[in-house]
Amino acid sequence: MNAIHYWRAMCGIVGRELWRFVTQRERFISALVRPLVWLFIFAAGFRAALGLAITPPYETYILYEVYITPGLMGMIQLFNGMQSSLSMVYDREMGSMRILMVCPLPRWFLLLSKLIAGVAVSVLQVYVFLIIAWFYDIKAPWEGYLYVLPALLLSGAMLGALGLLLSSFIKQLESFAGVMNFVIFPMFFMSTALYPLWKMKESSVWLHHFASVNPFSQAVELIRFSLYGRFNEYAFIYTLAAFIIFMIVAVLGYNPSKGMMMKKGGR
Amino acid sequence: MKPIFLSCALLIEQLSIAAQAETVIVTLEKDNALAIVDPSEGKLIKTVDIGQRPRGIALGPENKYLYVAVSDDNEIKIIDAESYKLVGQLPSGEDPETFALSPAGGRLYVSNEDDHLVTVIDVKAKKAIAQIKVGIEPEGIAVSNDNKWVASASETTNMVHWIDIKTNQIVDNTLVDARPRAVSFTADNAQLWVTSEMAGTLTILDVATKKPIKKIKLNIAGLSADKIQPVGVVIDRERRWGYVAIGPANRVAVINAQTLEVEKFLLVGQRVWNLAFSPDQKRLYTTNGRSNDVSIIDLENYEVVKSVAVGRFPWGIVSKP
Repeated sequence: MNAIHYWRAMCGIVGRELWRFVTQRERFISALVRPLVWLFIFAAGFRAALGLAITPPYETYILYEVYITPGLMGMIQLFNGMQSSLSMVYDREMGSMRILMVCPLPRWFLLLSKLIAGVAVSVLQVYVFLIIAWFYDIKAPWEGYLYVLPALLLSGAMLGALGLLLSSFIKQLESFAGVMNFVIFPMFFMSTALYPLWKMKESSVWLHHFASVNPFSQAVELIRFSLYGRFNEYAFIYTLAAFIIFMIVAVLGYNPSKGMMMKKGGR
Repeated sequence: MKPIFLSCALLIEQLSIAAQAETVIVTLEKDNALAIVDPSEGKLIKTVDIGQRPRGIALGPENKYLYVAVSDDNEIKIIDAESYKLVGQLPSGEDPETFALSPAGGRLYVSNEDDHLVTVIDVKAKKAIAQIKVGIEPEGIAVSNDNKWVASASETTNMVHWIDIKTNQIVDNTLVDARPRAVSFTADNAQLWVTSEMAGTLTILDVATKKPIKKIKLNIAGLSADKIQPVGVVIDRERRWGYVAIGPANRVAVINAQTLEVEKFLLVGQRVWNLAFSPDQKRLYTTNGRSNDVSIIDLENYEVVKSVAVGRFPWGIVSKP
């Protein structure tokens, strides 16, 4: 096995995922509609209700739409991570996973390729969302659009790794509803995507506590700061650590001799 | 040779930065002080004690002196605009809040809200030379740039009184919407813009006929009408854009001064009260009374770039080069 083989395998996996994404127009549109509904309807409704004091990285008062935008970028990546998880379960049920897994390359590499494919798709979605938001007068400094790219890659990888980890635990496609209830919703609502931490502390100390340890919060803050040309070191380390942990557990989970695969009867 | 060249270049650069340096001076109603702000750095430089409850502020000709209405001390203080040291006082009558300086700086016109008077002060002699009876609770006051008119707005009478500067007599009155708060002449003296706090409107009056040209009802989607309380108003030199501070709506309205239509609302701090242009009119500064800060608006991009904490209850604001 040499580098060419690795490269070919990665291109195959990433290409397949991108092709799937491009050809499934409904998926592309629905991935965009979700955050846009939040932006145009939810955030617009709350514009007057929520006054926001100046919190870094913002230097002045902002509209709620501006605050929620990095949270919605995170939301796109969160759903994308879960979508990859769903497609992994689907692939496993359909049998195409077996073809992938018999590939004579290390399992971690295949999973990593799968992850990169998911991240590429989510980054694409986020930028399309940012372009639409720009026309809605939600504008970041121009350099922010560049600085946010590495942040998106890391946050996308962390959420993708979480998706992989979950997919190694889910037995069949029907269990995916549970993921929605027990992972996506709590992660999204108990985070800084919708409200800043100080605001949560005013209403519930517990909520504040959950939100501050939620890795999704840190991913959102990393995106938020980068979008305004600033680096949030704590959020970066937290997100990176979460990515490494999720990835290790996911690789272990996909190991037929040790992981959850054993419980699934060698599927 | 190289170090000398470098140090010269550095010196020139520093000098040019010093030349560009601009200062914003804010009265802090509750801190009884002036806040001195560097707007290019977006930083509060220092605060200077001034007296009890300073509110209205104006910069004299050649930017030499600041005039500050120190309400609870019942006087207008003259402050050196460089050292911020007190150099004199003017007899303003009781509880001075707003006042206007004549273009040459020789006369100062003060609204005496409780006595329903406008007091005319000779700045050089430091004496009140006339008192003009106006409507109930006079507040907003402005002098036209051609030094012909003083416009004084009475909050309770809902009227703008036109005072002829030569005779110090009211020659005409114009009825406006409820609770007029601030008045401002356009640089060409053709129009007077009047904000009405209770009605949430901006009325543009024709100076020649003293009649309204247009009334603009300010509406912000998602905000209830009681939040729309326009106060401070300024218009740029070319009469291209006007700006209105809308108090508890926490926004500044951007008004096209040619079409007299609202183009945009910019979010600033809480209870935005008064406005001041930078000397080059490329930026606009706002005092935000409840959030205790000053917002800096970049007028080239219509973007609020920063809000700087200055102290309690910022009220009046001026900028000097």
